[in-house]
Amino acid sequence: MTAPPKGQPVVQFAGVSKTFADVKAVDNVSFDIHKGEFFSLLGPSGCGKTTTLRLLAGFEEPDEDGGEVRLLGQVVNKKRPYERRVAMVFQNYALFPHLTVAKNVSFGLEQRKTPKAEIGDRVRRALEMVRLKPDVFSGRLPSQLSGGQRQRVALARALVLEPAILLLDEPLGAIDLKLRKEMQLELKALNKQLGTTFIYVTHDQEEALTMSDRIAVMDNARVAQLGTPAEIYENPRTAFVAKFIGESNFFEGRVAERSNGQWVIRQANGQCFQVPNHPSLTEGREVRIAVRPEWMDVCGPDAVPPGENALAGVIREIIYLGETMHVIVTVPDAGDVTVAVRNEGQLIKPLQWKRGDPAAVAWLPEDCQVLEEA
Amino acid sequence: MNERIPRWLIAVAALVYLFLHLPILVLVVFSFNSSKFSVDWTGFTLQWYYRLLQRPDILRGLKVSLIVGAAATVISAVLGTLIALALARHRFRGRRAFEGFLYVPIVTPEIVVGISLLILFALFKFPLGITTITIAHVAFCISFVVVVVLARLEGMDDNLEEAALILGADEITTFWKITVPQLWPGILAGALLAFTMSFDDFVITSFVSGSGSSTLPIVVYSMVRKNVEPSINAISTIILMVTAVLIYLADRLVRER
Amino acid sequence: MATLRQRALDWIYRRPEAQAWALLGPGAFWLLAFFLVPILIMFVYSVMPRGIYGGVDRGFTLEHYARFFDPLYLEVLERTFLWSIACTVICLLLGYPVAYVIVRAGRWRNLLLFLVILPFWTSFLVRTFAMIFLMRDTGLINNWLLKLGIIDQSLTILYTPFAVMIGLVYGFLPFMVLPIYASLEKLDLSLLEAAEVLGARPSARFRRVTLPLSMPGVVAGCLLVFIPALGSFLTSDLLGGAKEMMIGNLVQNQFSAARNWPFGSAASFIVMALVLAAVMIYLRVKDQTPGGSALK
Repeated sequence: MTAPPKGQPVVQFAGVSKTFADVKAVDNVSFDIHKGEFFSLLGPSGCGKTTTLRLLAGFEEPDEDGGEVRLLGQVVNKKRPYERRVAMVFQNYALFPHLTVAKNVSFGLEQRKTPKAEIGDRVRRALEMVRLKPDVFSGRLPSQLSGGQRQRVALARALVLEPAILLLDEPLGAIDLKLRKEMQLELKALNKQLGTTFIYVTHDQEEALTMSDRIAVMDNARVAQLGTPAEIYENPRTAFVAKFIGESNFFEGRVAERSNGQWVIRQANGQCFQVPNHPSLTEGREVRIAVRPEWMDVCGPDAVPPGENALAGVIREIIYLGETMHVIVTVPDAGDVTVAVRNEGQLIKPLQWKRGDPAAVAWLPEDCQVLEEA
Repeated sequence: MNERIPRWLIAVAALVYLFLHLPILVLVVFSFNSSKFSVDWTGFTLQWYYRLLQRPDILRGLKVSLIVGAAATVISAVLGTLIALALARHRFRGRRAFEGFLYVPIVTPEIVVGISLLILFALFKFPLGITTITIAHVAFCISFVVVVVLARLEGMDDNLEEAALILGADEITTFWKITVPQLWPGILAGALLAFTMSFDDFVITSFVSGSGSSTLPIVVYSMVRKNVEPSINAISTIILMVTAVLIYLADRLVRER
Repeated sequence: MATLRQRALDWIYRRPEAQAWALLGPGAFWLLAFFLVPILIMFVYSVMPRGIYGGVDRGFTLEHYARFFDPLYLEVLERTFLWSIACTVICLLLGYPVAYVIVRAGRWRNLLLFLVILPFWTSFLVRTFAMIFLMRDTGLINNWLLKLGIIDQSLTILYTPFAVMIGLVYGFLPFMVLPIYASLEKLDLSLLEAAEVLGARPSARFRRVTLPLSMPGVVAGCLLVFIPALGSFLTSDLLGGAKEMMIGNLVQNQFSAARNWPFGSAASFIVMALVLAAVMIYLRVKDQTPGGSALK
C-alpha cells in the first residue's frame, strides 16, 4: 500500500476495446499503472485479462475506435511487439528448444545489437538474479531443465533486458504449491528490488492478494473493480467481486427508513438490519449487501450484542476447517449464511452450538458492503 | 489393458510379416549367389555388384535418377513447405477446397498422372527428358511434403514465435531464427520422403522420360523384362538399402521433438 | 523513410490474406499446371476422334467410351474391379491382425511399425521383381518344391491370375495396416476396461467396442488399397502377362503399341472416375462413423 506515486503513469489504458468475431473480449477498459507497481489483472477464465495483457504486449491491436494504449507516454496501438520496450514471461515459458539457456537469455540482447562483451556479463548476472548458477546452467538445453528451472530461465530472459515494464501471464500456473509460494515471494522481491513495473495476470485470487500493490478484477471483458488488495477484499463493489474474492454472504431487502443516521433495510419477511449511509441508498430502493463470514458471529437469538445487526435462523451444519470453524446457519430469505468462527480448540473449548439449534447471525453495520447493480 | 494377445493372432501377424519380408530377403541373399541361372546356392560372390559398375546403362540411369531426385526434392521441399506455412498460419477463402485439392495427387493412380503429363508435353511439343521427369516428380511429391511439414507445424508451440517477437525480433528474423530451426526436422523428413518417391518411381517416369533419359528404375524394368540374372538382384538390393536408410532417417526425424 | 525490410514487414503483418496467397502461389501453380490441367486436357482428348498417327483430330465423339461396352473391354473393367475388391478384402483380413498386434506390442511397437513402413516406401518395382524371382518357372518356389519332391515338374505360378492377386496383396498390404494402426492407437483403453467390468468376453469386446471404433481406420485402409489397385499397372504387367489385363495395362497399351491416345485417355478417365467415386463414398461414410473425422 503506497502513497500516490508521482509522475506520469507508465501504462495508460484508455477506453480500450478489442473484438473477436462479434464478441468483445475487452470492453471499454481503462486503468493507469504507475512506475514500479505490482499490478495484477485478476479474474476467471474468459474474463479478458489475457487479452488485455496481449494488447499491452502488442500481440493484439485495439479495435479501430477502441481506445488508446499508452506505454511510457507514447501511444502504441499500432506498434508491433518488437517496437515496444516491454518484456514478457509466458505461461508455458516458451523457451527456444534449440537454443541453450545462455542463448535463450541473450536472445533479446542480440536483437538489440548489444556489444558481445557486454552480453556475457549481463547474462551471468541475470541468471544469478533468478538463482541459477551460470556455470551449471548456461550450456544446458531447456529439455534438460525442470519446470521450475525453466520458469527461472524465462524470467532471466525477460529481466536481462532491464525493461521498464514486465508482463507476466500466469507464470506460476504449472508449478506445484510449495514452489509456487516461494516464487511468489521472489517475484515480489524482484519487483521491489529492480523498480520494474510488473503487470501480472492470474486467476488465483490468493496469489493476487499476496503479491499486488493494486488489482484490477475483471469480469466479462470489463473491470469490475480496481483497487488495493485491502480495498478489493474489504470493500467489494459488486456481487461478482464479493464472490470471486474470498467468500461472501448476501442479504437483500428494501430501504425502509432512516434511524440514528443509518438506513434500515427491511427484508421480505420483516427482519431488519442497518446499513451506514451510502450514496446509492434512497428510500424504497431494492438493495443487496455482502458480508464476509469472518466479520460475522453466531449468538443466541436473544443475546445479540448491542448495535449489531442480527438475523434469526437455525444452525444447519458445522464444518471443521482447522484454523476456523464454518457455522452454516439457515436464515429465512437469505439462504445458508456462512459464519467463520475462530477455532479456539474444539477439544478444550468447544463451540456451544450444534446442528438444529436456533441461533442468530450478527455483524456490525459498517461491515455491510453495499453492492452495485450487476 | 494388460490382456495377452491370443496366440493365434500373433501367429497370423508373424506369418504376414514373413510374407512381407521374406521375398525381399531372398532377393537380397541371392544377389550374392555365384550361380548365374540356377536358383541353387553355389557360393558367395560379389561379381554381380561389380558387373553393375561395368554397365553403362546402369551408371547412366543412376546418374539421371540422382539428378532428377535432387532437383525434384529441393523444389518440392520448398514449394511444399510454403504451402504448409500458408495452411497452418492463415485463414483464407477457399482453404477447405485447397486442402482437398492437395490430397488428390496422393490418391490419383500413377497411370493417370503419367499419361496426362505425356499428353501435356506432347501438346506443347516439349521434348521429353530430365526436365519433364523432374516436373512430373515435383507434381506428385509436393502433397507428401505438405503433409509431413504441416504435421510438424501444427505440433509447434506458437508461443515461441510470440516470445521472439517480444524479445525484439521482427517477423522476418523470427521466421529464420525460430520457426525454421523448429521446422527443420519436418522439412528434412519431407525431403527424404520426396527423394525416396522420386528415386523409386517407375510408372510416371516411364511415360515422361525420353529415350536418352532413363532413370534407374526404367533401366531395371527393361532388365527384368529381358532376362533375369543376378545383376537385377544386386541393383535391387542397392535400391533397397538406399531406401531403407532414407526412410529410417525420415522416421527418426519425424519422431524427434 | 521506409526501408525494404520495413515495407516487407508491414506487408507481412497487415495483409495476411495476400501473404497466404503468396505462400501458396508457387506450389498451387505447379499443381494446377502439371496436375490439374493435364488431366483436364486428357479428358478433352477422350472425346475427340483418333488422328492418323494415334493422336487426336478435331471433333467430338463418344466412341471411345462406347467401346467399353464391347465384351472385350468390359471384361477388362470387370477383372480390374473384381481383383481390386478381392485384394482389398484379403489385405483387410491379413492387415487388421497385424495392426492389432503392433498396437499391443509395447516396446516392440516402434520396430514392428518400422517393419511395415519400410515396404510401404520401398520401390514397387523391386518388390514386384522379388515376386517374380520367387514365382517364375525357374524361380525359388518351384526349385524347392522340385527338390523336395513335392512336384515333378514346374508349376506355372507366374503369368496367372493367382500370381497377380498375390502380387497385388503383397504390394498393397502395408497401405492397409497403417491407417488401421493409427485408428487403433487412438482407442481409449478404458473403454475396453469398462466393457470388461460390465461382463463382456474378449470376442464381444472386440466386436462391440474395438471393431466399431476402428472403423474409420478400416475404411481409410480399404480406400488406400482399393484405389491404387484399380489403377494398378506394374503388377499385372510383370506378373500377369498379356492375358491378364487390367485397365492400367490397357491404358499403357494405347500410349505405346496400340497408338490410340483418345481411347487411352478415355480408359484413364474411367479409372479416375472410379477413384473419385470411391473417395466420395469414403468422405460420406467417414462423416457417419464415430470418430471418423479424426482420421486423415
